[in-house]
Amino acid sequence: MHIRLKPSETFRGEFLVRNSDEAILRFPFPFPEDAYMYGVNIEPHRRGGPSAAYDAVFDLDEHYIGECEDRALTLIDDPARCQVLPHMLAAEWDVVELLMESLATDYPELFQLSKNGDDWRWVNQPLGIDQCFTFGNPETLPYPPFEYITRQVQGDFTIQDQRDGNLFMDGGMVTSQADWSLNFDLGMSFHEWHGPVPLAHELGVFDRALQYLLRLQLGKPVRRLNWTLTVNPRLDTSPENYPLWGPDKATITPENVGEKMCLRVELQTLTRLPRSNAILFGIRGYLIRLNELVRVKKFAKRMHRVLRDLHPEIAEYKGMPRYRQIIVDYLAPFDDGAVLSSGTAPDQASL
Amino acid sequence: MKARIADIQSLGPAIKRLVLAPSGAELFPAASAGANILLEIPGPERVWKNAYSLVSAPGERNRYEIIVRRVRQSRGGSAWLHDHAVIGQELEIGVPANFFPIAKAAKKHLLLSAGIGITPFLSYLAALQAAKAAFELHHCCRGEEAGLFRDLLPQSAQAVLHTSRNTLDLVKLLSVQKLHTHLYVCGPEAFMDLVVATALRLGWPRAKIHEESFGGATGGAPFIVKLARSGIAVQVRADETLLEALQNAGVDAPCLCRGGACGVCELPVLEGVPEHHDHFLSEQKRAGNTSIMTCVSRAKTPELVLDF
Repeated sequence: MHIRLKPSETFRGEFLVRNSDEAILRFPFPFPEDAYMYGVNIEPHRRGGPSAAYDAVFDLDEHYIGECEDRALTLIDDPARCQVLPHMLAAEWDVVELLMESLATDYPELFQLSKNGDDWRWVNQPLGIDQCFTFGNPETLPYPPFEYITRQVQGDFTIQDQRDGNLFMDGGMVTSQADWSLNFDLGMSFHEWHGPVPLAHELGVFDRALQYLLRLQLGKPVRRLNWTLTVNPRLDTSPENYPLWGPDKATITPENVGEKMCLRVELQTLTRLPRSNAILFGIRGYLIRLNELVRVKKFAKRMHRVLRDLHPEIAEYKGMPRYRQIIVDYLAPFDDGAVLSSGTAPDQASL
Repeated sequence: MKARIADIQSLGPAIKRLVLAPSGAELFPAASAGANILLEIPGPERVWKNAYSLVSAPGERNRYEIIVRRVRQSRGGSAWLHDHAVIGQELEIGVPANFFPIAKAAKKHLLLSAGIGITPFLSYLAALQAAKAAFELHHCCRGEEAGLFRDLLPQSAQAVLHTSRNTLDLVKLLSVQKLHTHLYVCGPEAFMDLVVATALRLGWPRAKIHEESFGGATGGAPFIVKLARSGIAVQVRADETLLEALQNAGVDAPCLCRGGACGVCELPVLEGVPEHHDHFLSEQKRAGNTSIMTCVSRAKTPELVLDF
């Protein structure tokens, strides 16, 4: 995989970030059908899928450097965005091993990992890191193990402990979240941290999902997609910083909606960790402006239909009521009503 | 995954330790304390799939070790491992799964095992000692195997070997434990039932009692299972499990742990009375006799009808 990493991008302030044609075509579009409803949409996380975003165990793209820099900025202001409870130390090392091995295997031109027993050397070329350390000894790394490696990977991560027939969110690195707080959810059980989601509890979605995840097997990770809308390509839409981004919602007009409104998709992966028997939850976020998205004909048409017909409670939960109609009106001219292929592939090779 | 038998050690007349190494260049995945692997054992007429606890240290990626007792009236798997397995042979194994993990929030771990039920605790000991956790292990065995098990246990006052019922005062042991102690039990069904019943009688909360069953998947009286949706009838022989009989008949029945722990193989029962051997179904569901875990449970009636 050859990736052209962009040297400097900002996900705040001037929002100096755009998706290349390649990034638009590989965008993990979340709607396989013209209508959307909650379901346990979990599938095996195997290499390969409707776009190149599914080719690696942990996907890396052109925004890698900017996203890592944005995470570092967020952590300076609020170190509580990364927290791990003390009983999760084995899980922290599991994550170090998994992420380093995956990145070194999937992107050998960017990352190299060499081992001599427990003496490891980690080279991260894009971020200019060359670190020798002893696997299992936290004192040999400049940060605690989980924080150390998740500072170098795109996307948020939480680690779930499994006990008493339940999962508990006992650690995480969360700096690019769609309005939820690790500091608030830390230590919660599966149903507790999903408490705010509408409709799905009544459908039994979380009961079934929990039973499924408790049986998640080593070496058989699974994935699902989730989505929401975000004004501006801002990674840190946290409750803690609501005053910084909440007012943006009132700025959407028919003139600027295409440029400012972004579809935010989370490619979520769940992986059983070997030493700790915990589960790593990866939340790899992708942001695409509507005026970028509509360059893929199928995405524009389907996005129009999904938002036009969306259940009002889901629209409310995703914070949409204020500007939903503006978006639908913006997308409508792109939709000729043609029947679309099912699935999420873009159905075109270039823009 | 493919594994090669790297070593076989005889620990006693009926107990062997098998060391498995990766067949290729890729290391095994690390495993957690209490994990087991599924071993595919090539019998003359059929392949046996038996689960064995890993006794190697958690995190070990160069080798997996298991300890196998030759089961009397063996269904074939353990007898094959004792009589036919040789160093250098390749076997198919599953990735580690863990249905008996250490409770990380416990302040003290009380481990009670009997016979070959010591095996999951051998990986526990490595993890607990490395974490400097408070623990106490009591292992029960027959007098003639005392030497063998003494060699497997650490030289520590925290690990006690019992060869007679008189030396283990279960009621006293379970009465003096402090609030944040978790109890783990592994061994023959009668031993486990006794320990768990005693703990519950003394007021232990269910959530602090953890069980791993062994030998639950051995045979029993033969019976007939009928599948309502396909109309297939299958004879379950005395030396095979219900799940094995279904799979041998070409039925794609769900399964994962094969030890009555994970819950994947649960099927609804329409007629007949199941003989439950699992550790998954709630007391309520068990009493209702409306579902069965096919990997370990059998039938009290000559015939069972399943909704499958």
